[in-house]
Amino acid sequence: MVPLSYIAVATPEAAIRRTAEGQGAEYIAGGTDMIQLLQEGIVAPLELVDINGIAFDDVSVAIDGIRIGAMARLSDVADDPVIRERVPVVSRALYESASPQVRNMATVGGNLLQRTRCLYFRDATTPCNKRVPGSGCSALDGQNRVNAILGGSDHCIAAYPGDLAVALVAVDAELMVTGPTGERTILVENLHQLPGDTPHIETVLKPGDLITAIWIPLAAAGRRSHYLKVRDRTTFEWSLASAAVSLGLHDDVILDARVAVGGVGTKPWRLRHVEDMLVNQRLDQALARAAGECSADGAEPRGQNAFKVTLLRRTVERALLQIGGLA
Amino acid sequence: MLEIDEGQVRQSEAAYPQHAASIALTINGESCQLQVDARTTLLDALRDRLHLTGTKKGCGLGQCGACTVLVDGRRVVSCLTLAVMNQGKSITTIEGIGDGELHPLQKAFVEHDGFQCGYCTPGQIMSAIGLIQEGRTRSDDEIRENMSGNLCRCGAYTNIVKAIKDALVQGVDAPEAMRQAVEAIRQDAEKGE
Ligand SMILES: Cc1cc2nc3c(=O)[nH]c(=O)nc-3n(C[C@H](O)[C@H](O)[C@H](O)COP(=O)(O)OP(=O)(O)OC[C@H]3O[C@@H](n4cnc5c(N)ncnc54)[C@H](O)[C@@H]3O)c2cc1C
Repeated sequence: MVPLSYIAVATPEAAIRRTAEGQGAEYIAGGTDMIQLLQEGIVAPLELVDINGIAFDDVSVAIDGIRIGAMARLSDVADDPVIRERVPVVSRALYESASPQVRNMATVGGNLLQRTRCLYFRDATTPCNKRVPGSGCSALDGQNRVNAILGGSDHCIAAYPGDLAVALVAVDAELMVTGPTGERTILVENLHQLPGDTPHIETVLKPGDLITAIWIPLAAAGRRSHYLKVRDRTTFEWSLASAAVSLGLHDDVILDARVAVGGVGTKPWRLRHVEDMLVNQRLDQALARAAGECSADGAEPRGQNAFKVTLLRRTVERALLQIGGLA
Repeated sequence: MLEIDEGQVRQSEAAYPQHAASIALTINGESCQLQVDARTTLLDALRDRLHLTGTKKGCGLGQCGACTVLVDGRRVVSCLTLAVMNQGKSITTIEGIGDGELHPLQKAFVEHDGFQCGYCTPGQIMSAIGLIQEGRTRSDDEIRENMSGNLCRCGAYTNIVKAIKDALVQGVDAPEAMRQAVEAIRQDAEKGE
């Protein structure tokens, strides 16, 4: 077994210095995905850089937005009164993620970067282009019930599994990132990349990049929002389909809309064509039905995951009915 | 007294002593100094090195909850945290909750048949202590939802909910180690101001 070294850092600078050189050093925050991947032999870092000592772990409100420190725990953010009141879609998505124990450990930064639950990615004995580039995709014609129906390629159809990122896309959230070349912001919508022919490249982050915070603009926090997650059991399970909806409503008329879906795409999936058909319309049963109907347009099911086409349509419809108080 | 089993040093640790770290933990109120390899999970350190085998190893992937312990008063799965990440922390395991006699939750689990084979029970009880601390016990549904991180293959769920409700009525005090941890955090916070 390759020896693994460990270092705890207290500042972003120290963290970035350690990982930027590309010597096999990786960040560890809550550790809840990293340790699963280590145990299963999916990743083999040479050094773990523990960033829990960096004190970016609270929720704060400024005049123009809400800032969530990257090291904040899922349970604390879900419980935060500001998050619950202003962006219920985020609070709900977090409450419906993992288990109470895991939520006490996992950080929001780490959550966004969790790896796919595709059976073959998590099984080191099978070919997987994401794990071993060029080895092939076992899911295309294999056990692909949990895999993506949107955004896949001939090289990879692994679904992005997380809930938080989907909710964040619906509230126009940005990430604050510090890296070897300084600070920058990235729209959560632009964090993940399509697999194309490089499924091993999952995000736009570069070696050394450290997520320091999530930023939610207050304009988005003013909209009404909701998260609906559908899964194989009532709780403690990743989603098969989920919908994050955020609407600016005046009376019953939709002035502004965001619809993002999870469990179905290779990345958190924004449905712009659905948003467009909602705007300037009155939110009623017929509109929710019509929006749901077209939400799986362009889907490419591959066998066992075909049920997700109907499931996605109904999930979007139901989320809209719920947010409108019509369900 | 906690005894540290030096015979259980990992191969990797013996071969690469430069990759082992010395950590200080408070376990059930007792401080202890431990040499661990970076890969050693908190769960393995508790079981293999300290012989605190009340904490059970189920899936090793955070999916079953059998290894639930409290770290600084919060429930976590000890299989998904490395021992080295817990430097300076206060750990409460099932061995640390009774004060010479059974903890009210232990009594309630016996009383209500909250288990059959017993393998998941230490994790269930530690999780229930965390649950009660969090105050997520306002209805049966809330208890069920917030105990969902602990699987019971014997299916004792109904009686587990009953046991938790009964223990609530009887009154559950936080274990001493947990009180100490909360106190320490409070003091730290005051220092920081
Ligand atoms: C049993 C189980 C069930 C789960 N169910 C769900 C679910 O239903 N929904 C859901 O969304 N998630 C679920 N999860 C996933 C869980 O939410 C993630 O594992 C967790 O959020 C990851 O956060 P972490 O802090 O533990 O990350 P770590 O495991 O520490 O790190 C994950 C990755 O992120 C990187 N990283 C961490 N922090 C930063 C940072 N600040 N900057 C840059 N890189 C960073 C690490 O290098 C690593 O590559 C589940 C997990 C388990 C174990």
